[in-house]
Amino acid sequence: MGKPSIAVHKFSSCDGCQLAFLNAGEELLNLAELVDIKHFLEAGVADEYAHVDIAFVEGSISTTDELTRIQRVRACSRYVVTLGACATAGGLQALRNLDGSNTEWKHAIYAHPGFIHTLDQAEPVSAHIKVDFELWGCPVNGRQVLAAVQQLLFGVAPLEQRDKVCMECKRQHASCVMVTAGRPCLGPVTRTGCGALCPRFGRDCYACFGPAGNANTAALSRRLEGLGLTPADVARRFLFINNHAPSFNEAGKKHYRQGFSDD
Amino acid sequence: MDDTRFLPRQALQTLLDALHRQGYRTLGPVVQDAVVQYLDIDSIDRLPSGWTDDQAPGRYRLSRVDSPRCFAWATGAQALKPHLFHAREVLWNTRRDDAGKLVFGEQEPDVRRLAVIGVRACDLAALELQDRHFLHAIKDPYYGAKRQGLFVVAVHCAYSADTCFCASTGDGPRATHGFDLALSELDDGYLVETGSDRGRAIATQLPLQSATSTQVHEAAAAITEAANRQFRQLPSTHLRDVLFDRLQHPRWEEVAARCLACGNCTSVCPTCFCHAEHDDAALGGSTSQHLREWDSCFSEGHAYLHGFNVRPDTHQRYRQWMTHKLGSWHDQYGRSGCVGCGRCITWCPVGIDITEEANAICTADVPQGESP
Amino acid sequence: MNPYLPREAEIVARTEESPNTFSLHLHLTDGAPYSFAPGQFNMLYLYGSGEVPISIVSGSAEDGVLVHTIRALGRITNGLAKLQVGDRIGLRGPYGRGWPMRAAEDHDLIVVTGGLGCAPAVSIIHHVLTHRERYGNLSILQGVKHTDDLIWREQYDTWASLPGVQVLLAADVAAPGWPGHVGLVTALFDQLSLRTDRTIAMLCGPEMMMRAAAHDLHERGLAADAIHLSMERNMQCAVGHCGHCQMGGHFVCRDGPVFAWPQVRELLGVRGF
Ligand code: SF4
Ligand code: SF4
Ligand code: SF4
Ligand code: SF4
Ligand code: FES
Repeated sequence: MGKPSIAVHKFSSCDGCQLAFLNAGEELLNLAELVDIKHFLEAGVADEYAHVDIAFVEGSISTTDELTRIQRVRACSRYVVTLGACATAGGLQALRNLDGSNTEWKHAIYAHPGFIHTLDQAEPVSAHIKVDFELWGCPVNGRQVLAAVQQLLFGVAPLEQRDKVCMECKRQHASCVMVTAGRPCLGPVTRTGCGALCPRFGRDCYACFGPAGNANTAALSRRLEGLGLTPADVARRFLFINNHAPSFNEAGKKHYRQGFSDD
Repeated sequence: MDDTRFLPRQALQTLLDALHRQGYRTLGPVVQDAVVQYLDIDSIDRLPSGWTDDQAPGRYRLSRVDSPRCFAWATGAQALKPHLFHAREVLWNTRRDDAGKLVFGEQEPDVRRLAVIGVRACDLAALELQDRHFLHAIKDPYYGAKRQGLFVVAVHCAYSADTCFCASTGDGPRATHGFDLALSELDDGYLVETGSDRGRAIATQLPLQSATSTQVHEAAAAITEAANRQFRQLPSTHLRDVLFDRLQHPRWEEVAARCLACGNCTSVCPTCFCHAEHDDAALGGSTSQHLREWDSCFSEGHAYLHGFNVRPDTHQRYRQWMTHKLGSWHDQYGRSGCVGCGRCITWCPVGIDITEEANAICTADVPQGESP
Repeated sequence: MNPYLPREAEIVARTEESPNTFSLHLHLTDGAPYSFAPGQFNMLYLYGSGEVPISIVSGSAEDGVLVHTIRALGRITNGLAKLQVGDRIGLRGPYGRGWPMRAAEDHDLIVVTGGLGCAPAVSIIHHVLTHRERYGNLSILQGVKHTDDLIWREQYDTWASLPGVQVLLAADVAAPGWPGHVGLVTALFDQLSLRTDRTIAMLCGPEMMMRAAAHDLHERGLAADAIHLSMERNMQCAVGHCGHCQMGGHFVCRDGPVFAWPQVRELLGVRGF
């Protein structure tokens, strides 16, 4: 049996998550020994529809062309793993889904809107194909990616992490920025995976790893308002990187007023 | 307290020095990142002289007071728990050779001796409970090694925060046992009591003076004053049956609407012992470490069971926390699992107050005619 | 002694019990002694991924082989499902309190199981059949959702043919040709001739089934403490430290998994515990 093969695909995204691979340094070299990298444009390997064991997909599905590509990726991959917030939840670009005026934006921004084949919505990969495992984060964290790869190489599902950032924040002995400084931290509704990076540096979590399990966004919204945030501020906290994730979307929309007229 | 002696303020350094001579690593309270934390100290200059804390549900602030005192604050975010039961630690590791054979290796426990200065009465009560948990029938070697080398310098509380309720659980504000040395802080120094042979051996190396009866009275009055300052309390110290009779109380759903299921309460609670185990395999798969890390009954994996979750809803998780802490702990360890430190109240991001919830649930009549 | 450290075990045989249930026959490679009581469990370690609690279905460890029947449901059990003969895993145990086999001597035994092939009950049956002279009549009552869920079907036929052994089957949904009862397993109690003063019942399966069965047997005259049941909870440390297996004040890993009914009656089947 040969080495397992992998591919890394890019859709609508900033390339930041692919960098989690490239920045892995020595571990990347180890990985290259262990697997056969068939397709990874950032690393200079191209064979887009080669049959692979694991396909990592970065980016949301935003254009008609991407829709066709993702279906072909699914057809030639044993496991499909999403890499990061865009692929998993639609990413920042899904903000355009909010007011449903995709066509107007297109005409306002581009000189030749006829060349732009965007879909009505920028959507997570799972809206279009079956996804085997999702890696959250903006960007994903290298350790988390490599741990998932190793489990898949073992033939075992990666460990899913749905606990709140707060759990890790306390394990890291960070001071709670909400309790000690009244900062509007989203850690209590956000899934861990980052190692509580922001609170460890004294700033509030902005939920780049998406919603945790049992996320009580209503209770946290009330608390954020109690800390002095306006409804528009609360909406912005939820309608950010993971704005298309259902629980954040719903929480944000409750506070969202067209055009943020109170600004 | 026949053996009570007086140690002038600046002479506290001699205690650190004596402990160092005995090979102890010394931890003491230090202000860092806006919280009092037990960190390594070699000099008493790092102690939080002139700091006090202001605590309320979901709120912790330090402020300056015009006083030379180093222990004029009540509690930090953590008691001794992180130093004995680490937030994350390796239990063992495995190697797999080319033939597929597995070799298991033990992780050696950390046996360095640790002395902690400034331990509160509630922290000591919690320590005793964690001892019962980790050192009963089957001993945990990691907790055990650290516990064995632990030297405790307690400080009786002369100040309680608004969140403290140790008087109602019977665990403070005076430390009555479980310490090697105990201090009462006065403006010009400390009264020193000994509580063990190890403590007496260290005390002989300190420049102790005899204490005056005025000093002894002043210290005792301050402790009484700290107890009187407390206004929170639990309905009783034995709520086991009361709680298990009220498993269908509507308050569980009501508190769940406020609760974030974030696990901050259990993480700061000095008696909570839950931890999860998992593996961290090196890339390439030739070695793996088996770790444990703090877990919580508020987390999703806590009650996961072969394809389904025993506690999918937040109200069931809050109910587990309270019925365990104040109820079934009696079945396990013969007393309530709450020592009244108030940390879960302060560090709850939305300020849920265990005393308020317990009072609301326990004082209600038992709802009739229901079956679970 | 580190209570958490596994020993190495080799898979010496593997049997398929149903499309998603399989048995691993394990041999400890260190050759050190190992013994257990029916109803106890081991923690099996899938290299690099983690541990799961699995009860032992063998009747004894005399031949040096320990049989574990596993349903592939989660990440670790699905991983174990891919292993083959010759592969190595970790094993530590046995843990917990097993069935009261000593107290049950000279008694009739009723074993009531529900759900997909209940492994802890199989160890009772193996034990009784090995020490047949010590026990009275053995009644095995097995309930399943669908007849296709019944595993060890041939074994049931073999057991049913032995003297002093009665096998009664019930399925909520039955395929054509089903010899057993259609409905709840508790309905089978009518077919028992109970000698209430010298019978011990051992239950294993979904909590709601055990709750109903315990009540029913008690009403038919069995003493509450003559009814025993095996609980399932999330076990991670297996030594009473990690807190995951708590059910009220019990650490199921250490105080159970087998309990006398009065010990767990208060919370049995109460959602959330
Ligand atoms: S800082 Fe944020 S993540 Fe950390 S405990 Fe506080 S609320 Fe939770
Ligand atoms: S329950 Fe709350 S007050 Fe009681 S010991 Fe735990 S953290 Fe302290
Ligand atoms: S079950 Fe909950 S309350 Fe009890 S020790 Fe574990 S985390 Fe703490
Ligand atoms: S009670 Fe407070 S600290 Fe505890 S889980 Fe709920 S919100 Fe978090
Ligand atoms: S499995 Fe850890 S306490 Fe029971």
